[in-house]
Amino acid sequence: MTKLKYEELKNMRDLIKKSNKNEILVSMGTCGIAAGGDRIYEILKKEISERDLEDIITVKKTGCLGLCFCEPNLIIKIQGLPEVGYGYLNEDIVYKIITEHIMKKTIIDDYVIFLPTIDLFAKNNKNEFENDIKYIFVWEPDKKKNIYNTFIKKITNKNLQEKIKIYSTKYIGMSNKNPIIKILPENIIYSNFTEHQIENIIETHFIKKTIINEFLLFSDNPNIKIREHNKQYNQIRVVLKNSGYIDPENVNDYINRDGYMALEKVLLNMTPEAVIEEIKKSGLRGRGGAGFPTGIKWEITKNTDSDIKYIVCNADEGDPGAYMDRSILEGDPYSVIEGMTICAYAVGARNGYIYVRAEYPLAIKRLEMAINKAKELGLLGENILGTNFSFDIEIRLGAGAFVCGEETALIASIEGKRGMPKPRPPFPSKEGLWGKPTVINNVETWANIPIIINKGYEWFSSIGTEQSKGTKVFALTGKVKNPGLIEVAMGTTLKEIIYNIGGGIFNNKRFKAAQSGGPSGGVISEDFIDYPIEYESLQKIGSMMGSGGLIVMDEDDCMVDVAKFYLQFTVDESCGKCAPCRIGGKQLLEILKSISSGKAEENDIERLKRISLAMNKASLCGLGQSSPNPVISTLKYFEYEYIEHIRDRKCKTGKCKELIIYEINPDKCIGCGACALRCPVTAISGEKRKPHVIDQLKCVKCGECYNTCKFGAINKN
Amino acid sequence: MTMQKEEIKLPNEIIEYIEKNSNKKGFEIMILHKIQEIYGYVPRKIAMELSRKLNIPLAKIYGIITFYHIFKLNKPGKYRISVCMGTACYLKGGEDILGEIENILGIGVNSTTEDGIFSIEIVRCIGCCGIAPAIVINNKVYGNLKKDQLIEILSEYTKIEGKEIKND
Repeated sequence: MTKLKYEELKNMRDLIKKSNKNEILVSMGTCGIAAGGDRIYEILKKEISERDLEDIITVKKTGCLGLCFCEPNLIIKIQGLPEVGYGYLNEDIVYKIITEHIMKKTIIDDYVIFLPTIDLFAKNNKNEFENDIKYIFVWEPDKKKNIYNTFIKKITNKNLQEKIKIYSTKYIGMSNKNPIIKILPENIIYSNFTEHQIENIIETHFIKKTIINEFLLFSDNPNIKIREHNKQYNQIRVVLKNSGYIDPENVNDYINRDGYMALEKVLLNMTPEAVIEEIKKSGLRGRGGAGFPTGIKWEITKNTDSDIKYIVCNADEGDPGAYMDRSILEGDPYSVIEGMTICAYAVGARNGYIYVRAEYPLAIKRLEMAINKAKELGLLGENILGTNFSFDIEIRLGAGAFVCGEETALIASIEGKRGMPKPRPPFPSKEGLWGKPTVINNVETWANIPIIINKGYEWFSSIGTEQSKGTKVFALTGKVKNPGLIEVAMGTTLKEIIYNIGGGIFNNKRFKAAQSGGPSGGVISEDFIDYPIEYESLQKIGSMMGSGGLIVMDEDDCMVDVAKFYLQFTVDESCGKCAPCRIGGKQLLEILKSISSGKAEENDIERLKRISLAMNKASLCGLGQSSPNPVISTLKYFEYEYIEHIRDRKCKTGKCKELIIYEINPDKCIGCGACALRCPVTAISGEKRKPHVIDQLKCVKCGECYNTCKFGAINKN
Repeated sequence: MTMQKEEIKLPNEIIEYIEKNSNKKGFEIMILHKIQEIYGYVPRKIAMELSRKLNIPLAKIYGIITFYHIFKLNKPGKYRISVCMGTACYLKGGEDILGEIENILGIGVNSTTEDGIFSIEIVRCIGCCGIAPAIVINNKVYGNLKKDQLIEILSEYTKIEGKEIKND
């Protein structure tokens, strides 16, 4: 293909938009593939080809839909039916999708899923609905299908079954205590009604055609007002707008969804100053954690005098429990490339680097393909879109060092050195890569740029709160029912995220704390569950936004153990350059270990606090300054748990194995000897058919006896 | 790779890679990635050759290798089992999974089975927190793991090698 000029790109986009076809999008990010997405894709490909359906529907690979809990999953768009997803797929369902959904145009009951958000481009590809048929999708938390069955009965009684179709779903895009129904094509969501009110819903909504405000939870029609107490925070997909909707390996799919429109606009109509002004006004702040205003960063680099400047994308997503950047790179690599290109134009840079973790092979592969394709099309390289502006991007791989997420260390690593941080100032925006002014932003920040340019700063800054604009992507994991990749407006509360989006705590246990910001962040306790999530508010309560890992913990998680886990991590990752981090971290970890093994003294808590403060004040870089945060914040909210460990030598959750005591209850023990046989250190003895005993001095607390005993005779305290 | 091959010069693939990218600054880490991709680790002899070729002191190359977790100085097993110890995997029982794998194979972390088939390592988050706990064997990810699935998973690989896992 030849290099594109302005008009050619425009014509290409018009052509692609006209050729909108039916498609199946199989979610194939790293997790999707691990869950079996590749197998589903292969079967679909093979069957569609063997049944000569290739002209009717195209099978595509796509990035992460964010619905990790119901993987493998897919979205299917076909003329005449509403766009739906299917989740929890297996081979049988895939065959059914082909024979029923595609060939007979019938939706398959039970396996339907919906994305938790409205597609920003829905208008472009809203399918035509045949013969004014209405669709009701039912989701019931108890899975008993009472609501579904009542709907079927009432609709049949009224002889409306040809006009109104009813399906039960696995997931409807949000969670509630009560059943939820979604009505298409009008996209109305009702909840909080009882079985007896179903008759009323059918009468009012379908026959009188009136919206029932009392039950209304959601509508995408701005003219319909939703009652305050029914308002539920939904996800908004700004950064993730394309992930799960496009084939990331196909530039046409990106262009179809307004891809490269921002670059076109910038090169044709905007001065570099105007671009920076737009970003400044949008209020966008760095999504890597610290939240520095992006526009100001760019401005500093622009105003620093130098013939060479660099653009860097920080894709060294090292926080354990975070995979936002991976998913963006796997699902929508062009948006990052376009964002970087726009910045290069604004600050006057010719070269850019994407520093990506070597642990993300799929993301690297898709980035490489995207960069090569962009070069081929003249969207990167010399004379972009026929203008005088030239910019090129190179990929550099990380090599498994957490500290390289820190910008000065990352720069050292791109330079081919050990990734050691440098004191700031000078900041990279003035003196960065090879001593030259460098704009360094993280993946999510870059992915925000094209849409801000496209839709304007006013649109962007209307989302979010006073000081934190736009949305934030979180990797919601840990003990929630529906773990996944989510995107919410800044200011959404933890409660809304955990209960409305995450579906509540796994196994209906009690929420204990959420951890944000990875090893640099802290825990958020139940007291702050109604607190809006934004940069300042999180810092105030001792945590931080971080890059977006949000790990939910329940009553079974021990806070001392969690602090120990993070400290172990930062001690391993400390580069060793400065003493406070190198020595302080080690000492904190040793004290935590002695607490969790029952060997600590009460003044150890004071010691923890003192060392933490010293590390925070005296460490050279962000890693050392923030690594005591997990200790400080768990101490702040869960000091009683530390005291329990130290004073009573007890860990209520049983996580601190060395504090557990296994004892045999002589009333229940029948003396079968099974436990004694399993014990690896022969700590259990006793005569046959008589109660046995455990020698506490020998016991290594492995728990084998507890797991082996069939009579419940082993007590675990 | 046989031992003999390691003693000769840098393989052509690496020389070509170096020459193709000779205009790029700070490319040492990328070259080490390439070497590890070929050998599975960075053999000492190759590191020495590289030092000569790039005209960089060997100490500097070792400085890089030992700083970054990904580079290995010892030959790993044919199948590298990476057990994820990210936060989500840790909370959901990653340690138990690790313990079970160690039990089954009879080796610890950072070591290789006698027959050279498996090696175990701990990795930081692999970004598959949604399906925690997870492990990676070479490039294949296994998620939502339970202890009792491990024998079956590992047997897939021993079968390819015509061997069996002893299960006591």
